[in-house]
Amino acid sequence: MKFTLSWLKSHLDTNASLDEIAAKLTAIGLEVEGIEDRAALFAPFIVAEVRKAEQHPNADKLRVCEVFTGAETFQVVCGAPNARAGMKGIFAPVGSTVPGTQLLLKAANIRGVASNGMLCSEREMGLTDEHTGIIDLPLDTPLGAPMAKVFGLDDPVIEIKLTPNRGDCLGVRGIARDLAAAGLGTLRPLEIAIVPGAYASPITVSLDFPAGAERACPIFVGRHIRKVKNGPSPAWLQQRLKAIGLRPISALVDITNFFTYDLGRPLHVFDAAKVKGNIQARLAKAGEKLLALDGKEYALDDSITVIADEAGPEGLGGVMGGEHTGCSFETTEVFVESAWFDPLRTAATGRKLGIHSDARHRFERTVDPAFVKSGIDVATAMILDLCGGEPGETVIAGKEPDWKKTVTLRPTRLLGLVGFDLPVAEQTRILTALGFKVTTAGDALSVEVPSWRPDIDGEADLVEEIARLHGFDAIPAEPLPPLRAVPAPALTAAQRRVRMAKRALAARGLTEAITYSFIRKAEAEAFGGGQEELLLVNPISADMDAMRPSILPGLMAATKRNMDRGSMDVALFEVGPQYASVAMDGQAMVATGLRRGATGARHWRDKSRAVDAYDAKADALAALSAAGVDVGPLMVMDGAPGWYHPGRSGTLRLGPKTILAAFGELHPRALQAMDVKGPLVGFEVYLDRIPASRAKPGVRTKPALRLSELQAVERDFAFIVDAGVAAETLLKAVRGADKALIARTSVFDVFAGPGIPEGRKSLAITVRLEPSQQTLTDAEIEAVAKKIVAAAEKACGATLRA
Amino acid sequence: MTEIARLAAETEGAIAAAQNLDALEEARLAVLGKKGWLSAALKELGALAPDDRKARAQTLNEVKNSLTAAIESRKATLGDAAIDARLKAETLDMTLPLGDSAEQTGRIHPVSQVIDEITEIFAAMGFSIAEGPDIEDDFHNFTALNIPPEHPARQMQDTFYLPKRGADGEQVVLRTHTSPVQVRTMRGGPPPYRIIVPGRTYRSDYDMTHTPMFHQVEGLVIDRATHMGHLKGVLTEFCKAFFETDQVKMRFRPSYFPFTEPSAEVDINCSREGGVLRVGEGSDWLEILGSGMVNPKVLEYCGLDPAEWQGFAFGMGIDRIAMLKYGIPDLRSFFDADLRWLKHYGFVPLDIPTLGQGVAR
Repeated sequence: MKFTLSWLKSHLDTNASLDEIAAKLTAIGLEVEGIEDRAALFAPFIVAEVRKAEQHPNADKLRVCEVFTGAETFQVVCGAPNARAGMKGIFAPVGSTVPGTQLLLKAANIRGVASNGMLCSEREMGLTDEHTGIIDLPLDTPLGAPMAKVFGLDDPVIEIKLTPNRGDCLGVRGIARDLAAAGLGTLRPLEIAIVPGAYASPITVSLDFPAGAERACPIFVGRHIRKVKNGPSPAWLQQRLKAIGLRPISALVDITNFFTYDLGRPLHVFDAAKVKGNIQARLAKAGEKLLALDGKEYALDDSITVIADEAGPEGLGGVMGGEHTGCSFETTEVFVESAWFDPLRTAATGRKLGIHSDARHRFERTVDPAFVKSGIDVATAMILDLCGGEPGETVIAGKEPDWKKTVTLRPTRLLGLVGFDLPVAEQTRILTALGFKVTTAGDALSVEVPSWRPDIDGEADLVEEIARLHGFDAIPAEPLPPLRAVPAPALTAAQRRVRMAKRALAARGLTEAITYSFIRKAEAEAFGGGQEELLLVNPISADMDAMRPSILPGLMAATKRNMDRGSMDVALFEVGPQYASVAMDGQAMVATGLRRGATGARHWRDKSRAVDAYDAKADALAALSAAGVDVGPLMVMDGAPGWYHPGRSGTLRLGPKTILAAFGELHPRALQAMDVKGPLVGFEVYLDRIPASRAKPGVRTKPALRLSELQAVERDFAFIVDAGVAAETLLKAVRGADKALIARTSVFDVFAGPGIPEGRKSLAITVRLEPSQQTLTDAEIEAVAKKIVAAAEKACGATLRA
Repeated sequence: MTEIARLAAETEGAIAAAQNLDALEEARLAVLGKKGWLSAALKELGALAPDDRKARAQTLNEVKNSLTAAIESRKATLGDAAIDARLKAETLDMTLPLGDSAEQTGRIHPVSQVIDEITEIFAAMGFSIAEGPDIEDDFHNFTALNIPPEHPARQMQDTFYLPKRGADGEQVVLRTHTSPVQVRTMRGGPPPYRIIVPGRTYRSDYDMTHTPMFHQVEGLVIDRATHMGHLKGVLTEFCKAFFETDQVKMRFRPSYFPFTEPSAEVDINCSREGGVLRVGEGSDWLEILGSGMVNPKVLEYCGLDPAEWQGFAFGMGIDRIAMLKYGIPDLRSFFDADLRWLKHYGFVPLDIPTLGQGVAR
């Protein structure tokens, strides 16, 4: 919403400065977005007289002018064809910046003649596109006068950002009312001259809405005025409209625009000679069309309110008038419309037809329902004033919609809700200044809401009005009372898992990324997603139209981007949501990571190697461990999703059914789908599937530690097994050989090749024996070794390597 | 000079002349070895007359002690020299650069770090963390927050829609704010509540300061007495702790949100001198969040009696305050996963924010 300072002052009697007004506007919630003080912008430029204009000695098209400002004389070389002695124009001195070109003027020498300053065109001043000559002012313009004053540009333009609840401030008067209530002056009375009608209206108005749709337009007021003379509107009106960015059209149209901004009261003026028969507000019929004032034709349907005559729709109610019955300079009789249109229907119509108009903007935020008839009166008075003519009798169809509301306010609620108090008299004063009618009702106040404040519904709204206009600076900053001296932990177990997994993965050298929750549908499909219910109806672009079924495609795309930028070794992770359905439980929290390239840069000491599926396994285990899982008993099985390499992937399971993580090298087809060059290894840890800890809250006792004083023994075994035997099968058998003695097993070598039969491999393991009763004898050790070899043979046909 | 004295002098010379431990050992064996002259002389003692034997034994012992000491001394000297010589040969070029260890290489995203910082500060004020789904329905995202269908406020937010759900045609949306978690919290159990809700939010917008996905943190306090002064107190404490300055000034500006009444936007003071933004300095204002007292209609939608319960709510952009605190210029880069950007703006994993050590390094 834009307005000028003098426009505001036509409603507000105040001595406040522009700065004070601006600060107060923001303080009461009418946030100032900008102030354009054009007087300051144009300050260097003044009216000057051209005393002499002589041919430039060295250039046909240039003239050497002697320019007098009333105080000083300057020599200026000028190329304008209309530069001539005796004229008055606008002089820009050396050192000023010309607004239209943004060039800093310097003293110059033009073809051997000194030039100090410039005589400006309208384009150079940034006023219009006119550039055929310099500005040619009336000869009675005072010398040395500031240009802003001469052009009526010395009125600062204020732009405020309005919240959608404040339709009443879409008129300058509403803003003035708020400022007055905030103590910044007095609201001037609005005088509405009522001009009696001289003749019966030749056009009648009626409403025709089906039952249930009456609210579309409950009241329609019209007035016929004849013998008007349309033409350009007067300078003051044009300047106001131009200042706020509107183009003056003609007096009749400018008057309607003026009241739209002045009182927030949109109006429409029909050229009555072009109206066929009477006027009716009704819903459009399917198939009807309207050529609107914006020059576009709109197809209408029965959700849209139209203003129609016998020929059909002539205007879109509350949105835009029609081209056919619009006014021109030839118009001599008019029919003025002031009506009230339903905010919801207006908004829907505007959206459906894609029309953003000043009228729609106001009607959808609710126009004052009690000012419909007055709208006709103020418009009549101004039309008679600017265009002459004779008014007919006002015709009215329907009645104003019910808007009356009374709200009870307990004055103690101010302290209770916002934390500061004001005397009841001051609370009453503020509300009264805003137009509320306040009466005392016991300990409470009974407050009647004015017609222009449909946003006020309850007590809290009134408290806000009082607090807002008194100023939020009065709200004290008070600490929340502590619930206890040392606060309880803020995180749930699930939240702690997420946090710990992130730190653990980063500590393994992975970098945390956050990628979008939506990806391209084709990519989602490659990872088990892309279902209809997870496709955005209105994606921001085609490559972000499906909710991601996995975080991997996002990280793969990120890997590709990083490769394109020259980073070939990539290690990324993300802990975030993925989506299997729109149901609440369709969203899962997953820690996902990806590695590509080498484990590190080439280094003289730390030899790097290509990342492999075991790196992904280690990452997954680290995330699980950080998330509180005892990873020792986890089962490593196959069964990773289809986007993993079937032979180089696995799952980590808690029992045979609960898959906590999948890991491995990614499938070549997944790489193809994402157009990224592999090999890539990755993992997905399903954090939500980790069972809650069974430990009692607050019980942190660790199991008792029993340290043996007896000598532990380590023995190595090199087994030969079939190439297909899983290491875990062998290890499990070995551990089972003597559960009391065997404390630890580990694999220290895996080998296939020369010396090992075709189709077999060697697995070398270390077994650590920890006796608890007495030191082991050689014979006991030998006995355990035999049990181990026997168990290994039984479990997987392992034989000791010769 | 006796023969013994001569031999002793000769041996002393040999000990002093020994240039290494082998030569010294050779000299020692010549005296004290099985065939050494002193060993031989000692063996001959038995053949002497008792009186002679005593004097002779004393002399020999003195010589033995003296030579043994000389050998030990020379051995120490030669030993030091040997270590010196070995050390001279054992050198490493300690200027050779080392690789970064994994915990120096990995990074935590600034958004995660800032969420941890926010959590730490609000935890100290007794808040706990609540969460909710990204995919919401119309009721939780709009209706229960007092944003009825066709309300102009729905046009303030560019909502992403998913296809309608089920037989009743419920509209499914990506949550446009974290506020639906307010509704879920209030409908999920009785007051009081003191929660913050960090999470992903979605609006259809894309430029330097808008991305279709971003992060918000919601705050909600409901009890019988919490008022706007407490809101101001909590946010003031938060800003002081988060921006690490006691100078920070706050300005509450009246505003409008359908779910709060009264509503306020909150600005903090900043300086933009020299194109560098500094929070808590200067006299410019910077909007950082929207807030207000929970609208009684929202309480009613959530099944709470507004005559009994009241409190405040606020919503703040996490990415935005991360940009402010850490001087990150472009929001779009947050979600690009550029390793160079993450290395620069990210945090090492062991840099865990705590109030005890300060929420930021």
